[in-house]
Amino acid sequence: MKASAGGYARAESVGHALELLAAAEGQGRVLAGGQSLIAAMNMRLSVGDLLVDISKISDLSGVAVGDGALRIGALTRHAQVGSDPLVNVHTPLLRDAVSHIAHAAIRNRGTIGGALAHADPAAEFPACALALGAILHVDGANGARSVAAEDFFEDVFTTALNEGELLTSITVPVAENGEVQVLEEVARRSGDYALVGLCLVKRSAGHRIALFSVGPKPILAKGAMAALDAGDLDAAVESLSAEIDPPSDTQASAAYRRHLAGVLLRRAVARLKGDVA
Amino acid sequence: MTIPFNNPDRPNSYIGKTVPRPNAAKLVQGRGRYVDDIVLPRMLHVAFSRSPVAHAKIGTFDLEEAKAVKGVVRIFTGADLAEVCTPWVAVLAHLKGLKSPPEHPLAVDRACWVGEPVVAVVATSRAAAEEAASLVVVDYEELPAVTDTMTALDADTPVIHPELGDNLAFRRLHEEGDVDAAFKSAHKVVSARFRTARHTGVTLEPRSILVDWNPAEGQMTAYHATQAPHMMQTVFAKHLDIPESRVRVVCGDVGGSYGIKVHVYPDEVATAAIAKVMGRPIKFIADRLESFSTDIHARDHEIEAKIAVDEDGKILAIDVDDWTGIGPYSVYPRTSAIEGNQVVNLCGGPYDFANYRAQTTVVFQNKTPTCQYRAVGHPIAVAITEGLVDMAAAAIGMDPVEIRRRNMYADDAYPVTSPAKMRFEGLSHHASMDKLIEMMDYDALRADQAEARKHGKYRGIGIASFIELTNPSPFMYGIGGARISAQDGCTVRMDPDGSVVALSGVTEQGQGTEAMLSQVVAEGVGVKPSKVRVITGDTQVTPYGGGTWASRGAGIGGEAALQAARALRDSILGVAAAMLQTDANKLDIRDGQVVDADTGEERMPLEELGRIVYFRGDTLPKDLPRELVQTRHFITMEYPFAFTNGVQASYLEVDPDTGVVTLLKHWCVEDCGRVINPQLVDEQIRGGIVQGLGGALYEEIHYDEDGQLLNGSMADYLVPMAAEMPDMQIAHVETPTKESELGAKGAGEAGTAGAPAAVMNAINDALRPLGAQVTEMPFTPERILRALGKIND
Repeated sequence: MKASAGGYARAESVGHALELLAAAEGQGRVLAGGQSLIAAMNMRLSVGDLLVDISKISDLSGVAVGDGALRIGALTRHAQVGSDPLVNVHTPLLRDAVSHIAHAAIRNRGTIGGALAHADPAAEFPACALALGAILHVDGANGARSVAAEDFFEDVFTTALNEGELLTSITVPVAENGEVQVLEEVARRSGDYALVGLCLVKRSAGHRIALFSVGPKPILAKGAMAALDAGDLDAAVESLSAEIDPPSDTQASAAYRRHLAGVLLRRAVARLKGDVA
Repeated sequence: MTIPFNNPDRPNSYIGKTVPRPNAAKLVQGRGRYVDDIVLPRMLHVAFSRSPVAHAKIGTFDLEEAKAVKGVVRIFTGADLAEVCTPWVAVLAHLKGLKSPPEHPLAVDRACWVGEPVVAVVATSRAAAEEAASLVVVDYEELPAVTDTMTALDADTPVIHPELGDNLAFRRLHEEGDVDAAFKSAHKVVSARFRTARHTGVTLEPRSILVDWNPAEGQMTAYHATQAPHMMQTVFAKHLDIPESRVRVVCGDVGGSYGIKVHVYPDEVATAAIAKVMGRPIKFIADRLESFSTDIHARDHEIEAKIAVDEDGKILAIDVDDWTGIGPYSVYPRTSAIEGNQVVNLCGGPYDFANYRAQTTVVFQNKTPTCQYRAVGHPIAVAITEGLVDMAAAAIGMDPVEIRRRNMYADDAYPVTSPAKMRFEGLSHHASMDKLIEMMDYDALRADQAEARKHGKYRGIGIASFIELTNPSPFMYGIGGARISAQDGCTVRMDPDGSVVALSGVTEQGQGTEAMLSQVVAEGVGVKPSKVRVITGDTQVTPYGGGTWASRGAGIGGEAALQAARALRDSILGVAAAMLQTDANKLDIRDGQVVDADTGEERMPLEELGRIVYFRGDTLPKDLPRELVQTRHFITMEYPFAFTNGVQASYLEVDPDTGVVTLLKHWCVEDCGRVINPQLVDEQIRGGIVQGLGGALYEEIHYDEDGQLLNGSMADYLVPMAAEMPDMQIAHVETPTKESELGAKGAGEAGTAGAPAAVMNAINDALRPLGAQVTEMPFTPERILRALGKIND
């Protein structure tokens, strides 16, 4: 189908982007890598958008480390995240996630900020942000603010971003000594959205488990985390099963997804222990 | 009779060799010419407002908002087009009892599936036409939808077409021998319920048509992505009231078809009708999303089947009860009864047994119509047969290869007639099986499987023998009254520069038809393939023919090309003999040179002969024939179909915790008779296997009970992709058909025919120690885990 956009403007700076969004009277849509938005427009799921193209704002892109955290610009492409040496050292979970995201052409265009702001419940990066305890940095007409990942994802394609706000970067605590980060997912085909995916981070403070494709938004499985902290894997699997309310669709039923979540947790824990399944 | 092409040292030995494809450079450089590349002066675009509901009475239209969209030129309803286009009824006389209601290019009074075209919007751009189509308001009064196949004939199920009396489109029962007695006295009876999912073909290039009506000439030209240009010529002529001679169908480059583009689609006929009404070129390119609800679907079958064997594993009887739902209309003009009919014809195909009963029941439903898609009925019949054979082998503790060897027709048994009354001229089941077993190293694989199991890995080996129906005679369609040619022709001419032009009635859709034709003609005449230009797909230019479907391009079109090329060679040598004052039989043509047949000494280049014939014909003897254009046609006469055979094997691993299947390797040994171009044949087999693997593991169109299509996009309808595909090893046994000199049978569908059964048997081989079995395709992770009893709802 042919898209029906309401208009297009290229933002020269973050300030300019915010001005354009403010002038769009609620019809503004941020265009970054376009890998979800353009597809939705071409399916006429989204019509009449005033596109604010931020893709040329160079200071929104790139990775830097400082103050115990890794800062990743919102415009950093998936492929860049996957190959960045700082990401490789400090947040290997994000590196590993990239290999599961779609296909090379999409990874070359899609951006981490776009993936987080789009908040697809089946996407890898939002769950990674949850598991890592990332902070999302947002700019808007009323100034900049920071939102913890746990407060950012609200519902299907719905986040704490207000109308007219722009996600500019995320910061992720650098991995401490001995920290292990594992991502497990099962998809029908390589590059497909996961039927269920699971991120497991083991820190001195305890385990963090985030899941995707198990409900309207990525979730932090706190009961399972507590059980794992207590060293009881069976209890963690049982708790996990109660903590998620996965959907049924043409690819798999809720019951299958619930079963799979338990399998993935066991596999992730095995990998923590160095047993390669 | 056949002529030997086996000697690789013979002159002009292009048949049997991999030669470059003449159209490859054009396609990879983006210089192809697909329908959408064609832009004509004053051209308009049409988009369709389609039924959003599965079954509804069409009430009033509100077109005002749509008409107001900038660029909209005209809007048509079903009633508008019914005035200029007669409806069609897709039945064939030899499919006794088949019924179907009249179908119009745009729905009239009633819409019967989600996606049926209802209103056509013509505009200056596709975008404007789409925008307006989305603003068309139709008052749909919903009617109950029939969506379940198995209850379609129940008394309390609404009848979709009351004038037909019931929802039964077609039923055929075939019975041979005493089936009940054989089951009664059998050593072992195994039964199973199989299900094959609804698929569609997902061609890379969507359905495309551009129609230009020239009232001054009274001629319609349709640039059409089709497999059967001459068939479409007849269809447009008949239903739009134009003399057949005044319809020209041009079929340039086509981006894949797989059977999808061999049918008559209402939106394409509507495009032609609108072009005639408006006197302007009208283009319709199906959108990927509308393709899912409007391209034909296929393979939606549910089957109860059983097999009886004796103590030695000999098959005593097979009994098949096949049901399929075809949507609300049988598809014109080939009909939607063929697939079920093929299931009846093909079950048990490789095996020498006596008692056979098969019934197919074809019912109407409110879903997208189904029709012929690559390997029509074969994947279903092979899955039923090979699934049952494997289950029988397991039940009596016999190796799956051994039970097949005990039942397959002996390689020297031919000709034979199967219990389904199919006539086989010459097959090679045992030689093919032997070659497969050697190629895959069956015993080593069994050892690997046993070793893997010690480490908790569940691997399985699946074998599937099959037959494939190719080179159809008029017994497929013509006998039933369809104007679909089983004959095909080729005109070969030599131009003054010594180059050769071949015009063929078979068509190219990406599989390499033109490469095949170029090497056949090159060998037949005696020139390099690069000296041959092949022209296909133009009803005003090429000899009349059927096109390319049912694996007939090489076997029928190739033979016509060979005969025409050899006739041209004879004409050339007749002229050369006069010029060189010798006997024609002492001369030969090699690499574009007339040579001495015995010594190979060069006597005259073809350019020189061309120069004399075309520009100095006065110097030749007055009565010397100098026809450097020859046309020949070919049709099979002795067998209704040229059956081929083959056997496939799959090796895979099942993850018993997730249900995920990983394909490790796939093998196919296939006997398509003469292999003209080994690389093209191997890649066709591989491509076919991939489509078969798609059906086995991924592809399934879902509808809800109201007839809404649930997964009509590439994100949700999973086609097989490169990352999941295994290495595929292909080999051949060659049993040429004696019906032609070329000896070629078809190869286009063999891969698709056997692959799903091989995968099913491999999965069940892997699951057997766990006591589980799957028979419902695709074998999704969930279905496998459910079979293992691991999912608690």
